Amino acid sequence: MTQATLLRQIIDYSSRADPYPLYAELRKTPVLQEGDDLFVVSTYWEIKSLLHDPRISSDARNLSPSAAGTLLQEEEEASALPPAFLRLDPPEHDRLRRMTMRPFGPPETPRRVHNMRGELARIVSGLIDGFGDRNRIDVVDDFSYPFPVTVICRLLGVPREDEALFHSWADTIAAGLDPDPGQDPGERRRVTQQARTELGKYLSGLIDERSGAPGDDMLSALVTQHGEDGQMTRMELLSTASLLLIAGHETTVNLITNGMLTLLRNPDVLERLRGDPGLALPIVEELLRFEPPVQLLPQRTTLADIDINGVTIPKGASVWLVLASGNRDPQRFPDPDRFDPDRKDNQHLGFGSGIHNCFGAPLARLEAQLALTELARRLNSPRLVEDPPPYRQNAVLRGPRHLNITFDGFHA
Amino acid sequence: MRLVVDLNRCQGYAQCAFLAPDVFAMHGEESLLYNPHADETHRDQVLRAATACPVQAILVDDMSDASAAAGDIAGREGPAGVR
Amino acid sequence: MSGDGALAWLRREGRIVIVGASLAGLRAAETLRKEGFTGSLTLIGDEPHEPYDRPPLSKQVLLGHATADRTALPRRLALDAHWRLGVAATGLDMAAKRVRLADGDEVEYDRLLIATGVHARPWPHKSEAELDGVFVLRTRDDAARLQRRLAASPRRVLVIGAGFTGSEIASACRERGLPVTVAERGAAPLVGALGGVIGRAAADLQREHGVDLRCGIMVTALEGDAPGRLRRAHLSDGTTIDTDVAVVSLGATRNTEWLAGSGLGAGPRGIACDAGCRAFDVRGIVTDDVFVAGDVARSPHALFGYQFLSLEHWGNAVAQAETAAHNMISSSSERRPHLWVPAFWSAQFGVNIKSVGVPSLGEEVIVAQGSLSDRRFTCVYGYQGRVIAAVAFDQTKWLEFYQRQIESAAPFPPDYPSVDRRPEGLRPVPAEFPDPSLPTHGPSVTVSGYSPTDQRITFVPAHA
Repeated sequence: MTQATLLRQIIDYSSRADPYPLYAELRKTPVLQEGDDLFVVSTYWEIKSLLHDPRISSDARNLSPSAAGTLLQEEEEASALPPAFLRLDPPEHDRLRRMTMRPFGPPETPRRVHNMRGELARIVSGLIDGFGDRNRIDVVDDFSYPFPVTVICRLLGVPREDEALFHSWADTIAAGLDPDPGQDPGERRRVTQQARTELGKYLSGLIDERSGAPGDDMLSALVTQHGEDGQMTRMELLSTASLLLIAGHETTVNLITNGMLTLLRNPDVLERLRGDPGLALPIVEELLRFEPPVQLLPQRTTLADIDINGVTIPKGASVWLVLASGNRDPQRFPDPDRFDPDRKDNQHLGFGSGIHNCFGAPLARLEAQLALTELARRLNSPRLVEDPPPYRQNAVLRGPRHLNITFDGFHA
Repeated sequence: MRLVVDLNRCQGYAQCAFLAPDVFAMHGEESLLYNPHADETHRDQVLRAATACPVQAILVDDMSDASAAAGDIAGREGPAGVR
Repeated sequence: MSGDGALAWLRREGRIVIVGASLAGLRAAETLRKEGFTGSLTLIGDEPHEPYDRPPLSKQVLLGHATADRTALPRRLALDAHWRLGVAATGLDMAAKRVRLADGDEVEYDRLLIATGVHARPWPHKSEAELDGVFVLRTRDDAARLQRRLAASPRRVLVIGAGFTGSEIASACRERGLPVTVAERGAAPLVGALGGVIGRAAADLQREHGVDLRCGIMVTALEGDAPGRLRRAHLSDGTTIDTDVAVVSLGATRNTEWLAGSGLGAGPRGIACDAGCRAFDVRGIVTDDVFVAGDVARSPHALFGYQFLSLEHWGNAVAQAETAAHNMISSSSERRPHLWVPAFWSAQFGVNIKSVGVPSLGEEVIVAQGSLSDRRFTCVYGYQGRVIAAVAFDQTKWLEFYQRQIESAAPFPPDYPSVDRRPEGLRPVPAEFPDPSLPTHGPSVTVSGYSPTDQRITFVPAHA
């Protein structure tokens, strides 16, 4: 039972600030069985191979009845919305993702993200200017939360002033991903479902507006598109828009906050970045390896018995892929616990791999590069107020809840 | 600047086409077309793409256009900086 | 001098000559330097250009997105090499360890790497091949010439041969809005490389994009006007096509003529070498100072029954060059086998085609994921009950999995369910490769001969 304890320990809030020693323990058993139906995969090559394995499904309907009762598996069944492409398999996944990509990126809209650079820079500058004459801020509340939220709102065409509304829905829904929410499952299901319903109603109203008067935002494009894949149904639109809004809320904030925390713990790297903004590129890739905002993928299942690393994962089992552990696998990354922006061949798992690789990755990269470069450049002698900072409850979407820092003023 | 993409490695994640649209383009869903001799003015874009490539398939060199000119390769070549 | 001493001397001040200054030659040279070779390094190339990349020539360059003279390969490190470009090697004296050059010069070596690649098979009728408007596409000069002609808006382009290069040329022409006829001797495009099942999907793809595709047909003659310009092509069914551009895409011939009489085991099928890239001589005895890499090599592959594979693949050139270079300056115990799993790609008509393994060995094929009619699918090939290859159309993210299936000799047909398995994927069907004795246009993998210990190896004389 020591191994079962290990998984519980990882989920437990007390290990949130530093789960990495526990991941190292976990990797001693690359494919760890927990109970009858849950298998936890923690080594790089095994995770990578399962991410490209067509016998692995992201669709919860393929879980065996007993596995469906395990940790994390109840929230979407309770929801009124059909699963978004994140939780579908090909061909439905491919079709919906392709349709969502059409107004977002190549081949149809190759310059959308690139052309947002100026706007991203203005948002960042505005937020830093807003620090005013304070010499102490909370990086989360004052910067790394409002920045990506403003961006996703503009991108989707959601009024920024409604943010307070869907902020709480997004947080509630994201908390549904947490294996140990500290509340009873029935209550959590009810709260999550209610948040989903509210968010669905809100987005439904927006969709009605956009279909009458489309703008140049993504929601308008999704509502009005007629491509080779046809149109999205109303339900597909709602689940896709919810997914984008929640993902835009709950992930990049952690990437930026984890980034600032890591830079403050590695002042030599912070100093280098100040002198060489180009270093932001490898810094962000190394961050995605070192402190990935999505620590594990808890929503895969097997369509067949799969033999891997001496273990047979039976058909219908629930499979967790611990990306953050794979990223620290010494078999793949030399000296894995060192934050090293000069690392070569950094094929991290921070954005996953295979067909479900992070949809918003290019935008998250740009946001994080810009945010960290500007914080490094403009803040004079930034220092952590406390280390470790307080963390959010969530073990999957892991990051600090607050990151209080002090500094001696900032440059224009 | 010269570049080459190992298209055996490439899996069509399209990060390069997002981040460096003046040099890389998706042709259909998965095929990548790129300019093997990118303009110097696109250097930042190319580096952004090469760093972000999830399968690290983009090889870039820093040989300046002048030293790459055909004239000097009959003899012994100068050093080529590589990132 | 002891063996170790000789090797140390070689690495310090030996002379290494690489014949062939393209992808394989360049990557070998870089590997030699990276692994600490400090002696003299000479690269000999018949083209006057420094190493450049060929895949863009039939895609970006023909589309006008890149120019042919700006395809030079990036360098991974400074080579400090002596370049002899624009001078072909014309002979090899293995006893004296000398390479003869077209300008009469001779270059001595302690280790030789042959990476002379292939050239486009020309149109067989010389006078017709010389007509203005008849092209091949292999070199960057070929590509520049063809691109200029396409830019001048010919009234029709005839592509002779629907292998990968021919299909990519047809695709680029259609994208430029040019009328295109493709004449293919086999039953479908790509049939030699991928078989009839995928060939039919490729044929549909071409027709959907407006190609006038004619299969099971041969071009019998190219006809010019008085000033020597191409005007018309005659086909084996008695029809003619008015055209002012014909691109001959009939595959490639290995550049081994210069080795005739050298005593090296070189012929039209390439130069036989062992898995460590050491060339065989005509007696079947392996040499220890002549190495081979890239398109010109054929070497036994453990995964495929030790059959000799000749692979005209970009990735093979890179991997084999690195292995050959490593082995050239290593002791026998440190040498590595060239165990690269064959892989290639093609981009045509907006579809990304990728392959792993050796499809042409396949007896049966199954549509493991997706659907042929959607043009998004992954096909798996079986040979004697095991997975031997996989080919994807716009589904490249799954290929890693099938590569592991090939490497582990997984059973065929696949006995497990997978995502996106459709009714058409429930049963394998014959792969429908043409009879290998009937030449088709450019299969990219040819299998010939058996293991080095097999005495049935015969070498066809050059110019056969």
